[in-house]
Amino acid sequence: MQTIEELLRAHPFFDDFDPATVALLAGCATSVRFAPGEVIFREAEPADAFYVLQSGRVALQVHHPAGGALVTSTVEHDEVLGWSWLVPPYRWTADAVAVAETNAVRFAAGCLRGTCADDPAVGYVFLRKIAQVLAHRLASANRRLLDLYGGGDRP
Amino acid sequence: MTAATARETVGTDPMVPRLFRVVHTRRDTRDTHTLVLEPTDGVPLPFRPGQFTMLHSFGVGEVPISISGDPAHPEVLEHTIRNVGAVTASLVAAQPGTILGVRGPFGTGWEVGDGKGGDVVFVAGGIGLAPLRPAILEVIAQRSRYGRVVLLYGSRTPEDLLYADDLRAWARDGGVRVETTVDNGPPGWTGRVGFVTDLVPRAGFNPVTAFAHICGPEVMMRAVATALRDRGVSGTRLRLSMERNMKCGIGLCGHCQLRELFVCVDGPVFDHDRIGPLLSKWEL
Repeated sequence: MQTIEELLRAHPFFDDFDPATVALLAGCATSVRFAPGEVIFREAEPADAFYVLQSGRVALQVHHPAGGALVTSTVEHDEVLGWSWLVPPYRWTADAVAVAETNAVRFAAGCLRGTCADDPAVGYVFLRKIAQVLAHRLASANRRLLDLYGGGDRP
Repeated sequence: MTAATARETVGTDPMVPRLFRVVHTRRDTRDTHTLVLEPTDGVPLPFRPGQFTMLHSFGVGEVPISISGDPAHPEVLEHTIRNVGAVTASLVAAQPGTILGVRGPFGTGWEVGDGKGGDVVFVAGGIGLAPLRPAILEVIAQRSRYGRVVLLYGSRTPEDLLYADDLRAWARDGGVRVETTVDNGPPGWTGRVGFVTDLVPRAGFNPVTAFAHICGPEVMMRAVATALRDRGVSGTRLRLSMERNMKCGIGLCGHCQLRELFVCVDGPVFDHDRIGPLLSKWEL
């Protein structure tokens, strides 16, 4: 069985972190598993964790009074879940629900924020990596907002 | 002039439609149908994957439609058509027995054979899977000649995914890794939700040996081409199918002109090295 540190080293998110930092960050983390349908967090609740997905799939969804739970994006293995822990007011902006059996490493947000504050170099790398994730998701969301396949493409 | 000679002459004049009979129709999605046609004169219509025909609904009009059938079976002509206007509305309403006019096939093909020995990546968005289908079938027919074969396919919703049976069969029996994603996930959807570019990093192909073929809305193709080039696929190994307002189909009328290119004869399939710079020109 792999240690948390080994799991983190094998994950693409931690490619830019040196081994000593990964070892330090591992102290904030535990291994977790979610069953299909299990709610990981809810919109507007305190963002108290950061997840690094090893396997499975998680749906980020928004509850629509008329339409039920609308899935806005999905996150899978080799990706990360949750950025709201990093920026005030530290509140989730969507629901996260496992749609397949999902294995992840869960970081306690307070511990992670403390580590980033104590060592600005680590904090900078973390912020840069999270910014990459946000930029990617924003680009993906913007393109989907264009509804490219809904009209105007070839007959 | 004998009848036979007249028929040959008509058949070789690119401006004169041949007559085809609708023999089968299939509703693929809420607004997209596939028509299976057979030539009334029994003469097959060979084509290269990626080519299109000008499909004529008599009394209504003519539109360019990519061929979506199997190139190994030129005795039938398949077109998957999205209902977006008067002519396409008439075409998708055609019933078995309806006679349609067909000019072509026109344009360049995917030439997937150029990628033999390496990996092949197909990236489709929306109805862009239709022009890629003949190329996918060609690769599957000679599967052992290629490395990994990947299809990345994005659609608006799960209900808009084309060729659901094909997708399953290609993954199960065709040796194709099929990855799909949708823009919007309805309640209960457990598949992926995201833009098709999200699939590129996890596609698992060798960018040095891979040939990539992209078809979809232009904004989507631009984003996918950038994502593939960022991963190391060269512009000469990356092909896109362009959509323009084709009319004559033979490079005369200029309706489909894209600066110095006529999409109907120089395309619709282009190398990214050639077409890429034009994709970012607003005036074109």
